[in-house]
Amino acid sequence: MKTPVAAGLAGLFAALLALPGTGLAAERQPCEIPGHLLFGSNELKHVTEAVQKDRRLTIAVVGTGSSILAGPDGPRSAYPARLEAVLRQRLPSVAVKVVTLVRTRMTAEDLAQGMAKLLVDEKPDLVIWQTGTLDAIRRIEPDDFRAALEEGVETLHKGGADVILMNMQYSPRTDIMISLGPYADNMRVVAQQHEIPLFDRLAVMRHWSDTGAFDLYAAGKDNVLAQRVHDCIGRGIASMIIDAAHLRSVEPKAGQ
Amino acid sequence: MNVPVVTTGRDLRLDLFRGIALWLIFLDHIPSNLVAWGTIRNYGFSDATEIFVFVSGYTAAFVYGKEMRERGFIIAGAHILRRAWQIYVAHVFLFAIYLAEISYVATSFENPLYAEEMNILDFLKQPEVTIVQALLLKFKPSNMDVLPLYIILLLLFPPTLWLLQFRSSLALGASVLLYVLTWHFNWNMPSYPSGHWYFNPFAWQLLFVFGAWCALGGAQRLARVLQSPVTLAIAVAYLLFAFVITLTWYLPGMGQYVPHWLEELIYPIDKVNLDVLRFAHFLALAVVTVRFVPRDWPLLKSWWFWPPIVCGRHSLEIFCLGVFLSFAAHFAMVEVSGAFWMQLLLSVLGVVIMVAVAGVLTWYKRAEGRSPGSRPVKTPDADLAGGEA
Repeated sequence: MKTPVAAGLAGLFAALLALPGTGLAAERQPCEIPGHLLFGSNELKHVTEAVQKDRRLTIAVVGTGSSILAGPDGPRSAYPARLEAVLRQRLPSVAVKVVTLVRTRMTAEDLAQGMAKLLVDEKPDLVIWQTGTLDAIRRIEPDDFRAALEEGVETLHKGGADVILMNMQYSPRTDIMISLGPYADNMRVVAQQHEIPLFDRLAVMRHWSDTGAFDLYAAGKDNVLAQRVHDCIGRGIASMIIDAAHLRSVEPKAGQ
Repeated sequence: MNVPVVTTGRDLRLDLFRGIALWLIFLDHIPSNLVAWGTIRNYGFSDATEIFVFVSGYTAAFVYGKEMRERGFIIAGAHILRRAWQIYVAHVFLFAIYLAEISYVATSFENPLYAEEMNILDFLKQPEVTIVQALLLKFKPSNMDVLPLYIILLLLFPPTLWLLQFRSSLALGASVLLYVLTWHFNWNMPSYPSGHWYFNPFAWQLLFVFGAWCALGGAQRLARVLQSPVTLAIAVAYLLFAFVITLTWYLPGMGQYVPHWLEELIYPIDKVNLDVLRFAHFLALAVVTVRFVPRDWPLLKSWWFWPPIVCGRHSLEIFCLGVFLSFAAHFAMVEVSGAFWMQLLLSVLGVVIMVAVAGVLTWYKRAEGRSPGSRPVKTPDADLAGGEA
């Protein structure tokens, strides 16, 4: 019953919100993201340098369970792999590599401790740090959560890598049970203070749910919805990286 | 000590604003509720919790203070502790409802996208630990933090009230000192499985004791300050400042206009420990409110304000009902539709149910008071509020 109305609304919202030149508007994907959620003033300087000087880009995705998908198609369809595919397509002359370092059931503090080793092992130009969900579930002290974020971000910055923080998923069925607010706020504050981009997955997915692009209330073991959402997240991050590292000028194709 | 509050009867503004706070808490507790955009937390630093705790402190002092003067420390203290027990039972009741909802989700919802979020069900694997921790008030699911705070505040209230009656400035000073020491030494109560209480009782007691202090003559002492145009100007300026800062959280791209030094100074605005910015925001709201809503405002007795006032009078029952209704509303949004019309419908319906139940409770009390064989009501005014402090 709600699908046609929602689809109509989605179209309307998409038309209203998609800014020209976001690169997504033209594709008419269900994954349109309002520009203000993707584009800010924080830059990815190491990424710019790596791409312009060396024509290569190594990205490490550090995160927990919501950065992977189960099943045989999982690794190929989770957002890190989708990000890699989209970046390779949009930056054909750049050697793009995305490595995924996911450990389930880890808090921000657990993940922060692995950052130094990650720098040595992978030498990433950019680290996408997805975190917060388990901290919210376990109700970790928000101050400790923030301290862990700062520690991780500072380690990465000192090691010469750019950082994008990614917050939690919007999960309407469980959101009365998990209080995300303080954790999302702290991630925003840390991103603001360290001048790094925040991929606000919570707001992005909320937007998709509100516009009817995805029915995130759906239950069922089916993997299709999860794969489509991850594909859209991968595209969103790709656009964010291209904008924040000023890569549109690198290749004409990137600005599509 | 001059305590005119007692002689002139109950201040209807207390019930009014506590009733409104209960509605706002209900609306804020429904996740993804667009109607909650209208609640005060989106327009400044403080939210309905501050109003609720302050008014609860005020009414508790008003009711039990009178009792303590008339019937002594032991009787009043016993009544306060009985109240704390009632709240504990109410909290356990809400926890049972929460368990029912989360168990339902555990068995009915399997979406691979949300495999990580399903970790919330971990505690069901160890019910023997979790339920005991919940009974010890250490395991508190989200949205169920206010009642444990209230329980602790009431447990400590008999000696506090005693001190407030005889050395009110000393009592308030001790409360401020505890607040400052809490910030300095990071005191808090432990939670399960990790972390601390979401509403740190050592910090939030300040608002409760301040409310009690106001009820026992403090408000009169502050009258001159409250009436001063300078105070009003400062309050309005601060409310505007908070409004602008809050806007930058919600309007895209506005964040960059907040100077760095200001960010360093004010963030994070700590709800756990009742950040001084939140406390100040509540004070500013109170200053403006007291100024424009006088105690003898005729509208307070009109039918327009009966719905919030009647809810504010039965605060414990209506608070619990509100938490239950927010669970129920979430359930309806998941099972039927999460569309805006549904959110609006559920929000309105919830408030109507709260008012209706409060009306029935009032009727019960009145019927009990009249029925033959019931215990005599010695202090009708205190009874009106007594159960509801």
